[in-house]
Amino acid sequence: MEIRQKDMASAIDLKGVDVAFRLADGGTYRAVTDATLEVADGEFVAIVGPTGCGKSTLLNIAAGLLAPAAGRIDIFGQPLDSLNRQAGYLFQADALFPWKTALANVAIGLEIAGVPANEAEPLALDWLKRVGLGSFADRYPHMLSGGQRKRVGLAQVLIRNPKILLMDEPFGPLDAQTRQIMGNLLLDLWSADRKAVLFVTHDLEEAIALSDRVVIMSAGPAARIIGDWRIALSRPRDIADIKLDPAFHALHRDIWQMLKSEVVKGYAQSEGR
Amino acid sequence: MPRVKLHVLQGLVAVVLIVAWHALTTIPVFGKILLPPFFFSNPVDVAEQIVAWFATGVIWKHLSVTLAEAMLAFAIGSLGGILVGFWFARQPRTAAVFDPYVKMANALPRVVLAPIFTLWLGLGIWSKVALGVTLVFFIVFFNVYQGVKEVSPTVLANARMLGMTERQLMRHVYWPSALSWMFSSLHTSVGFAVVGAVVGEYLGSAAGLGYLIQQAEGVFDVAGVFAGMFVLAAFVIAIDTVVSAVEKRLLVWRPVVGDARP
Repeated sequence: MEIRQKDMASAIDLKGVDVAFRLADGGTYRAVTDATLEVADGEFVAIVGPTGCGKSTLLNIAAGLLAPAAGRIDIFGQPLDSLNRQAGYLFQADALFPWKTALANVAIGLEIAGVPANEAEPLALDWLKRVGLGSFADRYPHMLSGGQRKRVGLAQVLIRNPKILLMDEPFGPLDAQTRQIMGNLLLDLWSADRKAVLFVTHDLEEAIALSDRVVIMSAGPAARIIGDWRIALSRPRDIADIKLDPAFHALHRDIWQMLKSEVVKGYAQSEGR
Repeated sequence: MPRVKLHVLQGLVAVVLIVAWHALTTIPVFGKILLPPFFFSNPVDVAEQIVAWFATGVIWKHLSVTLAEAMLAFAIGSLGGILVGFWFARQPRTAAVFDPYVKMANALPRVVLAPIFTLWLGLGIWSKVALGVTLVFFIVFFNVYQGVKEVSPTVLANARMLGMTERQLMRHVYWPSALSWMFSSLHTSVGFAVVGAVVGEYLGSAAGLGYLIQQAEGVFDVAGVFAGMFVLAAFVIAIDTVVSAVEKRLLVWRPVVGDARP
């Protein structure tokens, strides 16, 4: 299924990226060190790592929300020096505009780009229907459930048709069933035009079920990328069914071997040793 | 509690208080009236005074003056509060420089400014408007400042990732957030606009509810003082009802505590 053209530049290309934060006491905290990661166009890559390992930090680097202390980032072959205009970002926390209805929240992505409201709204309604919220257009975010808000968020990002989709534990706050439904919805939408996806999660099962590649990060500080696994499971996938596949189990067992020790380390660190 | 029962009980409180007031000011207990009518008047006289004001129509002039002063104070104070609030929130350095002066000005009891305003602006409505403005301005200013500062970083990052320019951020993020904070303090700021108007009138004027009360007090007309207070209370409740309706309409996107999902 993988169509890869060697001459085409990667969607995201991180080379030797270091991330450091200045602390209040004047010192620096090295969050991520020497991260090198390539995401091809149309590829679905998940980053998995223990709590506090800097997965989200790496995502913010790719989004251009954060500048690296060292290393370089290329987006489709162009060095990234400000916000990544090619990327849509689905945040972990609620990021919808609470004062706008679901419809307005989705339409805003187009209106910002200069599409008049009367043209943007039918398109936004269309997107709301695609995420299964056609009859919720007039609701404000507080009237929607957590899963419904994520759907609106997904529509808000996808209506702009970004070439890259960055997702920061987007389904983290949702319950297990809703996560499965959202995962399948995401795969459905993604399979329509195969954007490059960088998906951060701490849930290894979710990562394997969704992705083409799973990247493992070590526990922080100075987290590194310590593993890169190809997930050669066939598509289209159903999140619930694929978890019964023996190949899934084999992958899960192997990757978990590597991840387990890091999780223990990360946990010890977050407990203050 | 059922609604009807609640209203009956609420009405009962008023009846008991008025009856007690009437009894204590008119019926002697052991040959002595406990509340001398000279100091406490009585409900009948107060009611007569209110009726007389409305029957002759003199009250409308005073009500309209107070209303005009309060509305002007609210409008000017809000406008100033919004502008300065935005300015300070977007320019932290300016805010830091002015911080002690803002705190100082806000700490000052505003009543002491009334004589100054009367000197500067005369006995007409503008000295009262000025007093109301000094009260409204700070409430709106602090709320707008907070509203701009407290925009969720995630919402802001999302807006940036969606490609908003600085101007679009202003319109779609900062402005609604600031307004929501301002609207949530609408009751307080409108209330203070009325306080500014009435206190200003009380301290020196030729018209308005505060003037009416001050005049009655000047001739020991206690019934007039009480009548003025009741009219003022009704006036404030009427304004508050309007504010509640406006608020409900403007803040429709906000969750109400205890409100179930529809």
